[in-house]
Amino acid sequence: MTPHILIRSLDRGAIFFLLAIACIAILVPILNLAVPSTSAFYVPTYLVALFGKYACYALLALSIDLIWGYCGILSLGHGAFFALGGYAMGMYLMRQIGTRGVYANPILPDFMVFLNWKQLPVYWYGFQFFPYAALMVLLIPGVLAFVFGWFAFRSRVTGVYLSIITQALTFALMLGFFRNNFGFGGNNGLTDFKDILGFNVQAETTRNALFSTSCLAIMIGFVLCRAIITSKFGKVLIAIRDAEARTRFLGYRVESYKLFVFTLSACMAGVAGALYVPQVGIINPSEFAPANSIEAVIWVAVGGRGTLTGAVIGAVLVNYAKTYFTSGFLAPYWLFMLGALFILVTLLLPRGVIGTLRHWNALRRDRASAAAEDGVREPLPAE
Amino acid sequence: MRFSRACLVVLLLVLCFALDWETARAASAADAITHFTADDFSETLTGIKEIAGSGDPRAETILRALQEGQLQFSAQRKAVYIKDVSGKLTDAVTGQPISGELPPDTDNVRLNNRLRGALDAALGGLTLLAKDPATRYDAAQAVFKSRQASALPTLDAAIAKEQDKGVKRAMQEARAAIILSGTAGDADKLAAVDIIRQRGDQDSLGLLASLPANTSPAVMKSVTAAIGAIKNRLALWEAVQNAWYGISLGSVLLLAAIGLAITFGVMGVINMAHGEMVMLGAYVTFVVQEIIRARDPALFDYSLAIAIPASFLVAGCVGILIERCIIRFLYGRPLETLLATWGLSLILQQAVRTVFGPNNRDVGNPSWMSGAFDLGGITITYNRLWIICFAIAIFIALLALLRFTRFGLEMRAVTQNRPMAASMGIRTSRVDALTFGLGSGIAGMAGVALSQIDNVSPNLGQGYIIDSFMVVVFGGVGNLWGTLVGSFVLGVANKFLEPYAGAVLGKIAILVLIILFIQKRPRGMFALKGRAIEA
Repeated sequence: MTPHILIRSLDRGAIFFLLAIACIAILVPILNLAVPSTSAFYVPTYLVALFGKYACYALLALSIDLIWGYCGILSLGHGAFFALGGYAMGMYLMRQIGTRGVYANPILPDFMVFLNWKQLPVYWYGFQFFPYAALMVLLIPGVLAFVFGWFAFRSRVTGVYLSIITQALTFALMLGFFRNNFGFGGNNGLTDFKDILGFNVQAETTRNALFSTSCLAIMIGFVLCRAIITSKFGKVLIAIRDAEARTRFLGYRVESYKLFVFTLSACMAGVAGALYVPQVGIINPSEFAPANSIEAVIWVAVGGRGTLTGAVIGAVLVNYAKTYFTSGFLAPYWLFMLGALFILVTLLLPRGVIGTLRHWNALRRDRASAAAEDGVREPLPAE
Repeated sequence: MRFSRACLVVLLLVLCFALDWETARAASAADAITHFTADDFSETLTGIKEIAGSGDPRAETILRALQEGQLQFSAQRKAVYIKDVSGKLTDAVTGQPISGELPPDTDNVRLNNRLRGALDAALGGLTLLAKDPATRYDAAQAVFKSRQASALPTLDAAIAKEQDKGVKRAMQEARAAIILSGTAGDADKLAAVDIIRQRGDQDSLGLLASLPANTSPAVMKSVTAAIGAIKNRLALWEAVQNAWYGISLGSVLLLAAIGLAITFGVMGVINMAHGEMVMLGAYVTFVVQEIIRARDPALFDYSLAIAIPASFLVAGCVGILIERCIIRFLYGRPLETLLATWGLSLILQQAVRTVFGPNNRDVGNPSWMSGAFDLGGITITYNRLWIICFAIAIFIALLALLRFTRFGLEMRAVTQNRPMAASMGIRTSRVDALTFGLGSGIAGMAGVALSQIDNVSPNLGQGYIIDSFMVVVFGGVGNLWGTLVGSFVLGVANKFLEPYAGAVLGKIAILVLIILFIQKRPRGMFALKGRAIEA
């Protein structure tokens, strides 16, 4: 039953996309580890770490596309779920440091020793075990999204109101995590990691493994999203996106559908954050900044909302541009470009890159087979 | 033999002590001043006390010179001089100028913190009889703090002579403080407790809490009651103070949110660049002040009067430009408008950063906005007071604009039913542009006010945008009264939560409360009723 749904959910484009990601996931580590550094095909290690970062962003973009592109929920606080997943992973990594910290305390992380804490706070218990931490990576963003969504959707907070409330959520979390007595390292966050699952975080092989894992996570997330949107459940989601009131009057419990997909999306964002932290080596409260969440939304908009592949490609494109421009002499102009990107994409390219390509394709096919209309075309996402 | 010798030493010591005690009462300034030549802190202390008690007309001059570090002594000649700022020397006791060479061992009379305290107290006692009432008042406060028993006779004399009511009150409080710390009878002490209780500030609380151990139980009982009363009174004033801060914060929120409420209410447009309009207004103020400083500094007090219309025009024009170039293409797509205006805010911030630099810019307070006054137990700064007045004035003006002008009528019509308004011949696109311009212009004026209390930096607007959204969401869209009530409720609630939860947790609590509130009333406190809701 389940494999059947999964296979049916993949069309030709989706399979091509999955194969491409799989190739990258395999090729990059080979080119980094097996090819001598003098070769023209050699991929330097810093690029592996950079691509790994992009892969995590892509997964975050995928989670946003699922709710924005297919259910019309514009969350401006998805960075919060990303960061919470990251903190859960960061807590595991902190506990792995053990006696190698500056203060060599076997239990307490350095910042707690520095703050003169005598005991590990209760909510840090259990994070030395990887399975528990991995569970928390899913559970913490998931539970927060469930509770938040339960309140928000039940009272029919929709549209821009929901966007603003989600933004307030991430803002409040940022303020909280900036405090030292929250027990998450305050301003500095969690950093100085040593090991993950017994492997050195800094080692080349670990970095490659993390990169491949991130790609794998994208593939799993992608298949999951495809499975959802091609199922009957997904059709209801699209109906909610296009005409929420009408769907409700048809007898669907709109809140439950929204709540499920919102929670799932938050879990995906959490996983993305968890994979992000060991690759960049730090997690701090600025990840909660509302600006980050909005930037993630623009990745999706650039790639094309409601396309899934577009979200991934948009995330990589925008972040590559960010890396490229903020490192050169153009650095002071990056914010101009980012701002212009927001405006131009919404004004001139509302379908995004992939959406526009698909639209052209569909138009050409329409013209070619004007008589034999297949008729099943994805409607343009509406508000 | 040895015993008798020891007895002799003790006897001599006692004699010395008794003599010293005697002289401390009646010594003349000329005798007392020799204590300064010993170069010993406890000797200097005796000197200070004796000079203060001598009643010599030059006592104050000498002690002042000591305080300023101008008093010099020579151990050889047993003489003390005052060396003023210009280096001129006078004899400390006689006040005659000294000519000729000083002895080689001349040195400053040294002070330590204990001596400085005693010196302040002694001077406080002396200046109780000064001509200027403000000086007398300060002296009384100094005595209140030091509680030097030696000041009591001077104090009594001063009270008898005092005409000024406020100063007399302060002196009586100082007297009560001395009596309470001393060994007076219970009746006196009870009266003193009463006076202190009426004073009722933090200092009196400190005084009552640190009474000597030998205080009788009857007095102690009255003291406990007084402490309770003072604490209640202080708590009350603290509540008033919090309410005042809350109203002040509320007025700032009102200024920042009111323009947002208009654009959101009329056009359903979420303008994420609204904070940047506030920031533009603040920078306009900066530019206006710079020009005035360069051209005509005399006009500085009027800089805000120039900056308010200027910032309204600048921000308003930018707003109309934004509406014409970007937002009108995005009507009916509120989420995309949100993203586009966010992009715009990034561009505006970066533009200002490029032009004016990333650092805070210095915007001055005009003289009529600086300073503060005391009202009961709280301090009110003029700039906060003016900003509250300004916010309310803007609110009333806007209300009048909506109520009594043609433009206001059209704006309300478009808010309530856009297609119908268009059918009746209202040019809705023009109304949209002007409304957006108006909202942005008000944000610009808010920037003028904020430049007076906040740092003028490119990030100025960012700090207010989420708060003002909260106000709009809380107050309800399309109703200015909702914005008014929303901003003051949030402002006051914020300031009342702060002392219990700290600034950050207070803010978080407010956000959580708003999220919960929206459960009950998803459209805010003052929601529009009827068909407009599902539009």
